[in-house]
Amino acid sequence: MAAASGLAVDERTRPPLPWAPLLKDALLAAVIAALLALPLVGLQTYDIGGGALGIATHFDWVAWGAAAVFAGRLALRLLPQFRTGRRGTGPAPISRLTAWAGRQAVPITLAGIALAAALPFLPFSSRYLIDLGTTVLIYVMLGWGLNVVVGLAGLLDLGYVAFYAVGAYTFGLLARDLDFSFWEALPFSGLVAASFGILLGFPVLRLRGDYLAIVTLGFGEIIRIVLLNWASLTGGPNGIGGIPRPSFFGLAFARSAPEGVTTFHQFFGLEFSPDHRVIFLYFVILGMALITNLFTLRIRKLPLGRAWEALREDETACRALGINPTNVKLSAFAIGAMFGGLAGCFFATRQGFISPESFTFIESATILAIVVLGGMGSQMGVVLAAILLVSLPEFGRAFAEFRMLIFGAAMVAVMVWRPRGLIAHREPTVWLGTRRRAARIAP
Amino acid sequence: MAYFLQQLINGLTLGSIYGLIAIGYTMVYGIIGMINFAHGEIYMIGAFISIIAFLVLGLAGITYVPLALAVVLLTTMAFTSLYGWTVERVAYRPLRGSFRLAPLISAIGMSIFLQNYVQIFQGARVKPMPPLIQGGLTILESGGFAVRLSYLQLLIILLTFVLMAGFTSLIAATPLGRAQRACAQDMRVASLLGIDVDRVISLTFVMGAALAAVAGLMVTLYYGVVDFFIGFLAGVKAFTAAVLGGIGSLPGAMLGGILIGLIEAFWSGYFSVEYKDVSVFVVLILVLVFRPTGLVGRPDVEKV
Repeated sequence: MAAASGLAVDERTRPPLPWAPLLKDALLAAVIAALLALPLVGLQTYDIGGGALGIATHFDWVAWGAAAVFAGRLALRLLPQFRTGRRGTGPAPISRLTAWAGRQAVPITLAGIALAAALPFLPFSSRYLIDLGTTVLIYVMLGWGLNVVVGLAGLLDLGYVAFYAVGAYTFGLLARDLDFSFWEALPFSGLVAASFGILLGFPVLRLRGDYLAIVTLGFGEIIRIVLLNWASLTGGPNGIGGIPRPSFFGLAFARSAPEGVTTFHQFFGLEFSPDHRVIFLYFVILGMALITNLFTLRIRKLPLGRAWEALREDETACRALGINPTNVKLSAFAIGAMFGGLAGCFFATRQGFISPESFTFIESATILAIVVLGGMGSQMGVVLAAILLVSLPEFGRAFAEFRMLIFGAAMVAVMVWRPRGLIAHREPTVWLGTRRRAARIAP
Repeated sequence: MAYFLQQLINGLTLGSIYGLIAIGYTMVYGIIGMINFAHGEIYMIGAFISIIAFLVLGLAGITYVPLALAVVLLTTMAFTSLYGWTVERVAYRPLRGSFRLAPLISAIGMSIFLQNYVQIFQGARVKPMPPLIQGGLTILESGGFAVRLSYLQLLIILLTFVLMAGFTSLIAATPLGRAQRACAQDMRVASLLGIDVDRVISLTFVMGAALAAVAGLMVTLYYGVVDFFIGFLAGVKAFTAAVLGGIGSLPGAMLGGILIGLIEAFWSGYFSVEYKDVSVFVVLILVLVFRPTGLVGRPDVEKV
């Protein structure tokens, strides 16, 4: 009885759904989708030999697509009707979840690090999983490095992959021509990449946000084109091969070592296993990524880090307060570039082979997407987004073809629905007065 | 001298195409102040639709070249405009009033989406297009080197000038053009005065896409090949053209486009083909650093 009366009240308070305009709207969307799909999906060109093309028709795909758009549009329009009918105007569940994650940052972080450290020794762990983890961690480190530039300093860098490439090629060239090992080359990779950051950043940092984005994109492309065409130095499209693997305090990871070199398994009296190196690489990148994170977290509390964030919020006000925007931006650029270079050095030693193909614009876009989807300035968001973006396509090979399609759509969708990213909760780094008051002012 | 003249003709042709794409960038930037990163992809879609339209016409038995060209031009413009409209509606309109980098990031996502959409449904292979308009004029012959202006190049340059003239008068003399200029000056006041700002912005995207479609059709005819990746570089180059001319200015976009076309043609003619894209990026950086307002643009005063 109570339930019945409750229903009746609900029925009375909620106005009847305006079905006719909703259906009309969805139909219109479906017609537009069908028109859009007609030439590019419905008429598929294919080679028939002799430099000629034939056309295959797939009007059924067009129909399915239009039907999907119809249903999707209708659902999208219906959703808010039900939501406002049932609940008050409280924050969406995802916002509450991220706010909770923001408050519990320390335990979650510790649990995450513990899980990451234990991953190679878990019972279900495999070589494949550790390899995947290493790839994810490279992107986490790149994301954290780019986060300094984009998230903290608010400079949109579309050419971050240039620094990754510079780091990788620094090690590649040092190893090929001067016989440097990974650990000897690592600081140089960081330094050279940071110098490139300053060199490239110096002339352009006066520019406004979106101009800067396009110029950095240009730099990324210039670096790639130079790497591709300066064949006498970089090997051109063939790249650089035979890059040495890292050693464990001078102990090599090999079945048998040359004269005078002790191998890892001999020294520790273990059975030789190729997994040792994979696990070691995993821990190296885990350590490098954590150092990046620690560095960023600490520098946010220094005057420099505060200046970055202040500059992101209001450049004019910063100038008025006597902050030199060029120097502050340049430092963010250089530090971001340095982490990119270090990650590049690791990438080179892990792959053992580098070529310009690994450093295309799409790589920059991926790293940027990780930062943006995760929530700009949020360190935890970067991890979440990197895990999602890197490991999702691994779970279904059939899915791989659509990977970049979904990736692009996700970038648009996240911007439209959650412009501040998945984990958008951001605690202010300084408070005026008590903490509780500040929290109330800035929800 | 003859070689110089030939590069000049090639550069002008290329520049016309860049100029047409650049107009799309410059108009959108002038009105809503964002870089429509997906515009290069719209141009690529235009090229694909034109090649498909030619194939369909060929199957339908329409082989009279001027008729086929006219039909393809109109269908390509219509379908590509629809893409331009949809992109604005889906990816940019919900973000109006959001923080300033959101539309740019959304545009990058859209660009990746469109590129892969075409790659999945049309294949990653290069699409060939048999030459439709052949022959040309020999302007000058010296020392065994003939300077040729092909009919196709002539058509491209002429069509571009006709479109530009029509377009400039559209902006200067029609109510829609007036509304666009009003929105470019101050969107809020324009809406207070009864201008439907959403509609004006939509139509701006439609017009930009239509011009990009023409550019796509021309490239299909000119190079005879199209693939899903042509939008990225052409987009960056056209954006450079818009910046070089002074972003927000229509004659500037055309001028910038022609200059970029000439720079690229002379660079590949006299220095190196491998680094021709670098030349354009270098121009972009130099312009932004030393003259961010471009050649004919007005200085942009930042309001606090």
